[in-house]
Formats: sequence, structure tokens, C-alpha cells
Amino acid sequence: MTTPLLSIKGVSAFYGSIAALKGIDVEVMPGEIVTIIGANGAGKSTLMMTICGNPQAREGQVIFEGRDITHMPTHEIMRLKIAQSPEGRRIFPRMTVYENLQMGAAVAQDGDFKSDLARVYSLFPLLERRKGQRGGTLSGGEQQMLAIGRALMSRPRLLLLDEPSLGLAPLIVRQIFSAIRELNRKEKLTIFLVEQNAFHALKLAHRGYVMVNGRISMQGSGRELLERPEVRSAYLEGGR
Amino acid sequence: MEYFLQQLINGLALGSIYGLVAIGYTMVYGIIGMINFAHGDIFMVGAFIALIAFLILIAIGITAVPLALFLVLLIAMLLTSLYGWAVERIAYRPLRGSFRLAPLISAIGMSIVLQNYVQLAQGARVKTLPPLITGVHTLLDLGNRFVVQISNIQILIIVTTFALMTGFSWLVSSTSLGRDMRACEQDLKMAALLGVDTNRTISLTFLIGAALASVAGIMYLLYYGVIDFHIGFVAGVKAFTAAVLGGIGSLPGAMLGGLLIGLIETYWSAYFSVQYKDVAAFSILIIVLIFMPTGILGRPEVEKV
Ligand SMILES: Nc1ncnc2c1ncn2[C@@H]1O[C@H](COP(=O)(O)OP(=O)(O)O)[C@@H](O)[C@H]1O
Ligand SMILES: [Mg+2]
Repeated sequence: MTTPLLSIKGVSAFYGSIAALKGIDVEVMPGEIVTIIGANGAGKSTLMMTICGNPQAREGQVIFEGRDITHMPTHEIMRLKIAQSPEGRRIFPRMTVYENLQMGAAVAQDGDFKSDLARVYSLFPLLERRKGQRGGTLSGGEQQMLAIGRALMSRPRLLLLDEPSLGLAPLIVRQIFSAIRELNRKEKLTIFLVEQNAFHALKLAHRGYVMVNGRISMQGSGRELLERPEVRSAYLEGGR
Repeated sequence: MEYFLQQLINGLALGSIYGLVAIGYTMVYGIIGMINFAHGDIFMVGAFIALIAFLILIAIGITAVPLALFLVLLIAMLLTSLYGWAVERIAYRPLRGSFRLAPLISAIGMSIVLQNYVQLAQGARVKTLPPLITGVHTLLDLGNRFVVQISNIQILIIVTTFALMTGFSWLVSSTSLGRDMRACEQDLKMAALLGVDTNRTISLTFLIGAALASVAGIMYLLYYGVIDFHIGFVAGVKAFTAAVLGGIGSLPGAMLGGLLIGLIETYWSAYFSVQYKDVAAFSILIIVLIFMPTGILGRPEVEKV
């Protein structure tokens, strides 16, 4: 049995005195795509940010590659090669596409910037054509590609993606999901994906968790969850 | 016409000093969204360190002006930037994440602390430095009363400021430190998510801002030859006004605002009355802000995504 790349053990996190995560247990194995689905406000983004130490877990532990990172400052966690494309994408609006990618490589001091850049450009050729354009002037889909590309520039061992499909046209969503699949299949990149778009996410992922109100209510393989009636009625039917 | 040109030179020299101080206000505002009210006093501390350094150098016999000036620049920039760094560490960082007004109140406190500290350590009376850099050049001579002159000290101020601003702009636009600073300015949380040590970047911002203010302090000292513990207040308010006029958060704005405030003040004194020069500067600020709420080169918030 292999050891998990990331394990989240009994994690609780708070905004002030309000609990957003209430004893979460999640494991991500090397090479997996794991997804968390759940309604708006369930605490998915908080979990992504808690892995990155902002807010830090008040209870429980976050273990990455066997190392307890629960109380590390955010920038040190990211230097362990965890990368996040966060909710809302958070592109630097007054930097060019190229500069945004340079920012992504800030951590990759050992890396080879040129080959990392070439890899991102081959995954999203559009970014190369837009390299001199300011981030703030890109469309939503372009920004999402840039956010993922920026995260890849650090050569992460774990990629966190928070709602990459949010607000995008179906065609672009398909493009982005196929890029995620390719990264996982070809490069064995481990991906932890948060989605409201449950159908796409569960089809893509090896395993999934359902989050309700700061707790994990169900877990299983992607296919299993897709077939569960509770999942179907709450997250799929009426959706897409 | 000659009078107008003469005032242009005087205004540019004064405005350069304001511009150097204004950069510190605008950078700190850009990155952590606070007005560092103690920044004017950092300028004053810089002037005092320079004065003491000059006197020591003269006492130990280093009187060659270029060498002395170089050493004083080095010493004052180094020590003053430590003050700037310490102010952030002691008074602002512990308050990060608390309510918005907390660091502002702390900044006013630090301003008073620095003033009182210098007043106690150096006395309340004005300190003078004998003129070290003398000599003027006549640019235009049209008979007995109409001459346009530029003094060596004015040349020094304008050239130094221009060089520093060029260097600093390059740092911000083309180095990885500058890129980190811009990243922190645009999205502090995201910068941390990309592995940027945001506390370190903020510290360096204070350090650089203080170093630039210390150069302004040296220039002020050389230009006027007289300083006291209170000069930071007035100069600070003017430089802050310059930053707002140019568009707070914008570096070219701070430089432009500084020059404009210097020019407005000089022309007003020259053509109207010296007493009301500050009123003139602030009135123009108000008028500009009514028509351009984000300042001359400030960006409207719509670009924020
Ligand atoms: N910065 C914040 N301050 C206070 N409460 C927050 C903050 N961010 C999120 N919350 C609250 O925490 C809960 C979980 O939010 P979030 O993690 O964003 O959910 P999701 O990503 O699943 O939509 C929500 O009730 C939300 O209102
Ligand atoms: Mg969310």
C-alpha cells in the first residue's frame, strides 16, 4: 500500500468563531485525481486554502509527503511544490500573461524556466499568443488557462484546482477538463479538484468526496458517486 | 520670462525632494493599503543622520566634498532604511489583519515617537550645516537684472533624483524583487500562494522607501542648510499630497505629483504671496480630486477583476 501524497486528518478551520470545516478527513494518493463536490458555501474553497495555510487548521493535521505542514506559513508550503489555481483565478490584472507565468515560477528556483514555459504554452497555445497582454484584459476562459498555467510553472507535485469551470462556456470547460486529464495521464500529476460541476468532475476523477456544511458526507470512486441516487438528486439532476 | 524660467528651476529642485518622499507613501499604500504617516519623519531622521555624518566626517578631516557626499549618502541611506524597516516591524506588522484604522493610528503614534526622539536626542533648536556645495551657473543673461541661474546644489538635486527614479523604476519593472512587489500590490494573498514571502517583500518596500526619503533628507539639508525635528511634518504632508495628486499607488504619479507640488508652491510664492503657498498647493489638490478622484495618473478601480 502506497502512502498518501496528501492526507488531511480531522481538520477544522474557522473564520473568527464560525467553523467552516468541521473535522475533515481526506486522502490523496500519488497520481490520482481526487475531487470534492458540494453546494455553494459547503467549505470547499476553505479546504483548499487550509491546505495552503490560510486560514490554518485549528484542529487536526495536514500532512504532505509525510511532513506535517499544518502550521507552516503559506509561502513555505508552496515551496514544497504544492500549487493552487484558486477560486476566482486571481490573475494579476496589471501584469502581462508572461509576467504572470514568471510569478508562477518564483518557487521553481531549481527549474528550467524556458522548458517550463514551453510546456505551458504547448498545453494552452493561446497563452503564447497572448503573452504580452495584460492579465486583467483576458476573457474568463483565458484567465482560467493562465491560472492553471501559472500554477504549473512551479512544477508542482500536487495541483489544487478550485472550480476551474466556473462561469465558462461549455466548449471552454471541455478544453480545460481535457487539459487536466492530459496532465494526469501523461505526466502522472496528482490533482485535487474542487467543483460544483459535479458531472464533469466525477467523470474525470478517480475518487470523490461530497462535502456538506463543512463535513464529508459521502465518498467513493467517481463512478460510484455518479450512480448514487443522493448525489444524482442533489448535484446532478437539474444541473448539467 | 526670465523670472518664469528661474522659478521653473527652483520648482523642479523642490519638487524633486517631494517626489522622492512621495514614492515611499505611494509604495506602502499600494502594497498594504495604509498611509504611513511616519514616513515624513523618516525623511527628517534621514536629514539628521546626514547632518551628524557630515559633522563627523569634517571633524575627522574628510573635507573633499565629493567623497564626503558619497559617504554621507551611503551612511544615511543605510541607517535610515533601518529606521523604516524597524517602524514596520514594531508598529505595523503586529497589527496586520486587525481593523483598518489600527495601523493608521499606530502610524501617527510612530510619527510622534520619532519627532520626540529626535527632539530629545538632538534638542529642539534648529541645526545648521555650513554650505558645502556652492557655485552657480548662469544659463541666460539679458542685461543687469534679468538672469536665469542654476546652482550646483540644484543640479545635484535634479540629477540625483532623476538617477534614483530611473534606477527605481527599473527595479520595479524588470527585477524579480520588483515583480514580487507588484504582485503583492495587486493581490497579496495570491502572491503568498505563489511562494512569495510577503512579509519580506513588505519589509523591503519600507526599507527602499526610507532609503529614498533619506536621500531627500540629505538634499533638503544641503539646499536649505537648516533642519529641526519638525521638518518631517510639513514635508511629509506635502509629499503625501503629491502622492494623492499624482494618483496614490502609482509610481510615475508620485514623481509627477512631487514635481507639480514643488512647481505650484514655487510659482505661487513668486507671483502671489509666500504666506499662502501651502493653501495654493492644497487648493489645487482639492480641485484636481474633484475632477479626477483617483489623481492624475491613478487608475480607476474598474480594472480590478
Ligand atoms: N473570508 C471569509 N470570511 C468569513 N467567512 C467566510 C470567508 N470565506 C468563506 N466564508 C464562509 O465559510 C463558508 C464556506 O465557504 P467556502 O469555503 O467559500 O465554500 P465553497 O467554496 O464550498 O462555496 C461559507 O459559509 C462562507 O460564507
Ligand atoms: Mg468556493
